[in-house]
Amino acid sequence: MRTLRAYLRSPAAMIGSAILLAVVFMALTAGWFFPADPLGLAGRPLQWPGANPRFPLGTDPSGRDIAAQIFHGARISLLIGFVATSIAVLIGIAMGAVAGFYGGFVDTALMRVTEAFQTLPNFLLLLVLVAVFGSTIETVTIAIGLVSWPPVARLTRAEFLTLRTREFVQACRVQGLGDMHLILREVLPNALPPVIVYASVVMAVSILLESALAFLQLSDPNVPSWGNLIGLGRNVLRAEWYVSAIPGVAILLTILGVSLVGQGLNDALNPRLASGR
Amino acid sequence: MRRLEVAGLSIRLPAGADREYAIADVSLHLDAGEILCVVGESGSGKSVTASAVMGLLAPGLSIAAGSMHLSGEDLRAKSPEAWRALRGRRVAMVFQEPMTALNPLMSVGAQLSEMWRVHLGLDGREAMQRALAALREVNLPDPEGALRAFPHELSGGQRQRVMIAMALALQPEVLICDEPTTALDVTTQAQVLALIRDLQRRHATAVMFITHDFGVVAEIADRVAVMQHGRVVEQGSAQAILTNPSHAYTQALLAAVPVLRAPAPRALSDETVLEVRGLTKTYATRGLFRRRKPVRALDGVSITLRRGATLAVVGESGSGKSTLARCVVGLLGHDGGEIRIAGAPRPKGRRAAARLVQMVFQDPYASLNPRRRAGAQVAQGPIAAGMAPAQAMAEARRLFELVGLDPESVSRFPHEFSGGQRQRIGIARALAMKPEVLVADEPVSALDVSVQAQVLALLRDLQARLGLSILFITHDLRVAAQLCDEVVVMRNGVVEESGPIGAVFAAPAHAYTRSLIEAIPGRALLGG
Amino acid sequence: MRVLRLALWRLAASLPTLVLILVGMFLLLQLAPGDTVDALMAQMGGGDAAIAEELRRFYGLDLGIAARLGQYLLRLVTLDLGFSAIYGKPVATVILERLPATILLMVSALSFAFSFGMVLGVLAARRVNRWPDTLISTLGLIFYATPSFWFGLMAIVLFSVHLQWLPAGGFSDITRDLTGIAAMLDIARHLVLPTLTLGLIFLAIYLRIMRASMLEVLSLDFVRTARAKGLTETRVVARHVLRNAMLPMITLIGLQAGTMLGGSVVVESVFALPGLGRLAYESVVQRDLNTLLGIVFVSALLVIAINFLVDILYARLDPRISAEN
Repeated sequence: MRTLRAYLRSPAAMIGSAILLAVVFMALTAGWFFPADPLGLAGRPLQWPGANPRFPLGTDPSGRDIAAQIFHGARISLLIGFVATSIAVLIGIAMGAVAGFYGGFVDTALMRVTEAFQTLPNFLLLLVLVAVFGSTIETVTIAIGLVSWPPVARLTRAEFLTLRTREFVQACRVQGLGDMHLILREVLPNALPPVIVYASVVMAVSILLESALAFLQLSDPNVPSWGNLIGLGRNVLRAEWYVSAIPGVAILLTILGVSLVGQGLNDALNPRLASGR
Repeated sequence: MRRLEVAGLSIRLPAGADREYAIADVSLHLDAGEILCVVGESGSGKSVTASAVMGLLAPGLSIAAGSMHLSGEDLRAKSPEAWRALRGRRVAMVFQEPMTALNPLMSVGAQLSEMWRVHLGLDGREAMQRALAALREVNLPDPEGALRAFPHELSGGQRQRVMIAMALALQPEVLICDEPTTALDVTTQAQVLALIRDLQRRHATAVMFITHDFGVVAEIADRVAVMQHGRVVEQGSAQAILTNPSHAYTQALLAAVPVLRAPAPRALSDETVLEVRGLTKTYATRGLFRRRKPVRALDGVSITLRRGATLAVVGESGSGKSTLARCVVGLLGHDGGEIRIAGAPRPKGRRAAARLVQMVFQDPYASLNPRRRAGAQVAQGPIAAGMAPAQAMAEARRLFELVGLDPESVSRFPHEFSGGQRQRIGIARALAMKPEVLVADEPVSALDVSVQAQVLALLRDLQARLGLSILFITHDLRVAAQLCDEVVVMRNGVVEESGPIGAVFAAPAHAYTRSLIEAIPGRALLGG
Repeated sequence: MRVLRLALWRLAASLPTLVLILVGMFLLLQLAPGDTVDALMAQMGGGDAAIAEELRRFYGLDLGIAARLGQYLLRLVTLDLGFSAIYGKPVATVILERLPATILLMVSALSFAFSFGMVLGVLAARRVNRWPDTLISTLGLIFYATPSFWFGLMAIVLFSVHLQWLPAGGFSDITRDLTGIAAMLDIARHLVLPTLTLGLIFLAIYLRIMRASMLEVLSLDFVRTARAKGLTETRVVARHVLRNAMLPMITLIGLQAGTMLGGSVVVESVFALPGLGRLAYESVVQRDLNTLLGIVFVSALLVIAINFLVDILYARLDPRISAEN
């Protein structure tokens, strides 16, 4: 309750939530406002925004409605954001919790794997995964989740390392409680707040990774992705720069919303820093 | 002229705090060559008073009324820049926590010489010369080496000497010491107190010494001001306050100070409930390129705890007393030796051991999970051992009552309790398992002296009613004398001396025990 | 000595990581449908099965996975990355041709992000919760949210197409034959936009970390000591706070080296820079798995090298670090 009230008081959280709600609204109403296939031919190509009232945001080089692609693209970005983030956070928490709680050899082994993933440029690994497993929206989403977990694991491990030596955890050991209770009931709830805040960063990065992949035309060509549209607009950049500009603004605002919500969560969950001292 | 005169000083807390003023109508004065001890428990406003004089009030605090004069000059009339220029030069300060008070990335010499470079504009070489001389004056061994050392390479006592050298660098008119020895071991504390006293006499410095410890007061004070809830409740000469306090609060504080006088010995059972034989524990440091000498935390430690008795394990930091406690409860494994509880070797399994031995922890704020209800944390042990949850919760309520808490408060979260109350929850949690042995690791050292007395009384009462066998770990010999039947004195992982507590404290056989007893501050005045 | 020993120790510790990466990547690529020979045959416009067999034997593709993995690792020790069928050159040669552009881009982007991030972070922390802080923090959020490739495109539209101040792409002006300082200036001009594009998100990250770190350090006990010594606020910040606050930034450089290298794939594609990142993109499109594996290897080496430098820097700044932890 206290946390919720603190969250509602944070201006960052309010602006961020408003932006995100707008994106969610677009995703939900895409089928209603734009029932036709957003990737289907809609009209004369390369009409400037406002030139034709049927296409408030204009048309792309293939004559497809940009507004329809923006609305339907919101679905893709949110979907990838949520699913990939969930995958990354789950793997990261599991790895970090086990490594941090048990320490010793288990820790060394798991952290070597984490290091290996971090040493490899994540976008490069993403390229390899897409090259190997193909670029359907499912594989792209899972691949993004798979390259994004190492920071979560590091953060969780660091929290576990400090929390496991805290006296209340030791008291539970002395009381004869099992490791599962210690990890899930005692340590994890206290380790979670910074991880939740960090999840917003993972989500932002996931959306950016997908759009970059789509920009390079390496993502699923059969879904209306914002990055895809930016990539298409590249060929007509000199004259019809709006084709690239519009979806870019959509990505920017979405990431901004996610980041602001993350900041609001941080303010609410870490009241000491929120006051700015 | 007075070195420092504080008159009618009130400092306002930010809106939403638990009271309006951090300190209200505080008047103090300080003359050359005298030490004024400002005494009080946590939250009494003694540290705020010190920050106000330094002009370093925390953001949010503001001076509402009153005046401060340094050798007749009005401090409040000074511009921030003028006030800054006299900080360190005319009024200096030593802080409580020596481990964090120095910049970890700068050498001691660089930090110390900064005083002369900034205030007198000396060049680097000359400032270093002065720094070296200052380190010599505070009796640091190897002052040349200390000059080049980084803070982490010095011990706590050595760092505090560096802080004192820094504060006295420019021979300030007023020195403020904010609990400078609280974080130190008792023998180091005695040395640092002697050093402050000595330097203060030589330079006729006026010292405002903030402390919570009446032992320290008795040791060092010329005059005493007692603070409570932001007000000075009593002020006078040390002799008068310590022997004949007039205010009820001062009387209560003094009465709560434990004395090093053990009560008459009780008849003890012959049955041994905990037996430790030849316990060794080594901390090995791993490293590929150089091997550090492994640290022997315990080196053949043997102790015996009789049923229904309390055995004190006393020693300074690094003595191995906490390692011993952790080995006994099974939080640490040991390398050699044997631990027997109630006649059988300590079981390896966590659950089986939980019925035999329980622990009360030091820090009342860290020993409870902030996100779980107090009652659940008491009941979870019995539930894990197989008790029905409803019965375990009923048991938890009964235990809350037993340790003097409202049984209805089982459903509250830890932050709704005070430090002393949390320590009671910790005791209830340990008792819920009905252990053969209760290990208490510094259970009162984080508490204010009056709360400390209450918790000690509770432990004594519980022991009488339940026949508890307690292994009591403490650094404070006076606390040990309050509660314990027998004592073990440890140093560097070895038992130096053991025996009935009254006999050991009255006639210590070992030189180390003697030095520990002699280092206890204020023995002469407070009795010991 | 202490510094070097620490860094060497960390370097040795990253060897198993490197082996782990290579084994993982090698096995991963075994899962890929189609091998180099398939790609080659496709380029030749098809061929019969016998030629394919011949080629597979030539490239050693007919052996078992374990044997090929062993061979591959053995060859890597001698820095033999294999042969790129697509480029018709040894992979090592192809990569070496592309490496300078990437390293140059990374160094300039990192310098830009680090220096501006630090300055802005300090400014924000000194004016915390007042308008300069609000302005800087908001800018940081917006920079963070900006997709780099989109920023690159918009920068091209503004600075190259409309204002015509800077070139839209390439590493140097190939129409002119420049030497010496003129050539360097030409390359610098070509790198301005890519540097801003790649560095922008890192600038945002660094400024946020620097601000938080400054606020954290400003609340520590030794800063109170420094103030009690009567130091001016400027000296407190410059001599006591700054160095401590920079430590998390230094750590971040090492942690983010991989991310930055990944970002260069996109930026090099936007600006048509002949670097490692664009090579990676091309080899994915052309299914040149040998080259892709080589790039992964070299990227990992690059990240390890950066971390080696970061470790040395960190150990020089922080005397508490020793080889034991």
